[in-house]
Amino acid sequence: MAAAVASERDLRLDLFRGLALWLIFLDHIPSNIVSWVTIRNYGFSDATEIFVFISGYTAAFVYGRAMRERGPLIASIRILRRAWQVYMAHMFLFVIYMAEIAYVGASFRNPLYAEEMNILEFLQQPDVTLLQALLLKFKPVNMDVLPLYIILLLGFPPVLWLIRRAPQLALAGAVVLYVLTWRFNWNIPAYPTGYWYFNPFAWQLLFVFGAWCGAGELHRLHPLLRSNWVVALAIAYIVFAFAVSLTWHVPSLAHFMPKWLAELIYPIDKTNLDILRFIHFLSIAVLVVRVLPKDWPGLESPWLRPAIVCGQQSLATFCLGVFLAFTSHFVLVEVSGRIAMQVALSGAGILIMVAVAAVLQWYKAVDGRRPGPRPPKPGASLAGGEA
Amino acid sequence: MRTVLLALAMSALAIAHAQAQTQAQPDVCEVPEYLTHVEGKFARVPTAVRKDHRLLVLVIGTGSSSLAGPEGARSAYPARLEAALASRLPQASVKVVTDVKGRRTAAEMAAAVAQLVRDEKPDLVIWQTGTVDAMRGVDPDEFRATLEKGVATARAAGADVVLMNMQYSPRTETMIADQAYADAMHSVAQQQDVPLFDRFSVMRHWSETGTFDLSGRDRSRIAEKVHDCLGKLLAELIVDTAQLDRNSSKDNR
Repeated sequence: MAAAVASERDLRLDLFRGLALWLIFLDHIPSNIVSWVTIRNYGFSDATEIFVFISGYTAAFVYGRAMRERGPLIASIRILRRAWQVYMAHMFLFVIYMAEIAYVGASFRNPLYAEEMNILEFLQQPDVTLLQALLLKFKPVNMDVLPLYIILLLGFPPVLWLIRRAPQLALAGAVVLYVLTWRFNWNIPAYPTGYWYFNPFAWQLLFVFGAWCGAGELHRLHPLLRSNWVVALAIAYIVFAFAVSLTWHVPSLAHFMPKWLAELIYPIDKTNLDILRFIHFLSIAVLVVRVLPKDWPGLESPWLRPAIVCGQQSLATFCLGVFLAFTSHFVLVEVSGRIAMQVALSGAGILIMVAVAAVLQWYKAVDGRRPGPRPPKPGASLAGGEA
Repeated sequence: MRTVLLALAMSALAIAHAQAQTQAQPDVCEVPEYLTHVEGKFARVPTAVRKDHRLLVLVIGTGSSSLAGPEGARSAYPARLEAALASRLPQASVKVVTDVKGRRTAAEMAAAVAQLVRDEKPDLVIWQTGTVDAMRGVDPDEFRATLEKGVATARAAGADVVLMNMQYSPRTETMIADQAYADAMHSVAQQQDVPLFDRFSVMRHWSETGTFDLSGRDRSRIAEKVHDCLGKLLAELIVDTAQLDRNSSKDNR
């Protein structure tokens, strides 16, 4: 079973994770015209699905190897150390978010928005808010992905152990948990009210499915992936989702949406990873696997290099993206919100993400080559911290 | 000589520009039709206006349905709505009463609806909500169920309903996640045939086209102008939905 694990990193994963990170950045800038290019406008699923699936895949790939070579204990500690890193990154972003909110609260008085300014109420009780933030229960806008990732990583050691021994059982367990979550409305409560925006009990399905694929079980799906029927169904579903999404954006088309269909499919529940979103993601994945083979020479092209580098430095790129989205919003409000500015900020943001990822990648490669107690491991520089 | 000509040309331009601006003034509230076009039906309002020659509107809402200050009550959109409706419907006696208190979630307002409708006996309830729920992070599914319950309660008591969503607030856009709540309001409106006044999209349109600078540096009574426009557009929506103005309302806007 372990022999089936691909020994070389699949650059398609890095490419699409990098692209997903760019799209997440663009989507996080409010009222940004450039975000019209992102996939959430053309179907049910969005960049989050891509990110979570690929994160599961690479986590199984990287830590699966560690588990094989160094044993479950070492691999588990590595996973938990990674979770800790992500937690620190989340806390750092939270501080930036607090700074922005505090600034807006101190500098902005507009009678029109007296009500909205109540959002600053939580600054009055730093004791409660900070504690709830440390417990990951306070949920600032657009910062929900990292808490999900932390929980998924925390639960990952036993899951990975099971995937390596009984992969079908692990996947079945994920499906059962997903179904039970929908049946009994399980979720983690948030502060002050409500629940987590990304329900980990539901989203784990995508992560574990990614891990199952990454642990060498993907070949079981090859008959399906090769079937023209499956591809035809995937295309039909993507076209259907596209048609539905058109009715959201073009008001004159809204009445083409049959009422029975609207009642059947709405609301499309992002919090609990609606099955419509999951199928949409699978359909896109089927098409991508069909159109882009793993050994496609274009993956080595310098044109795709920027996205691949971002995908390989995903945590840093993600955090930087959230920070840059905050900053861009700030500039749009304070300086100018014109379309030219939106385009400029979007482009500059992606350039900065690429530049920082490239520097990190370069440093890692140089640092890894240095003679020292840690023997250089080929591939580790790509995969080391990046699960 | 050349400088004089240049100066003349420039002042001519400036005057033309100023004129263009004053000419544009009467239409300042105008938004593309798709933003104010709504599906949805009224059962009570047409009869109230045509037969009983009255229209009593009750606005249930939170902070964004009011303006602070001594002139606040007169400049906030409920009062502007009353004025606009009165001029659009001379055949009826129009009155707008309000139940506006800050920081109320939809659930708190839904609980108050039954009593309010019984006391005031309005023909139409305008229910403004969404912002407080978004700030508190209320579960969107619960929010949706609450909307359905509130609409049903008001209708059972014989009143029509208009839903009104949140304001567009550029400064707090990265701090208040209102998309899920806006979506819930859209879908409840669609399923229950309730007209939705899409305040969010209307205000965003004003912000994007530069009609009003909503990012807060301009202090020249923007808030009052915005509320005046909201009142006018709301009046138009009510008249259109009730089909009280069959010879096209678009001409005499």
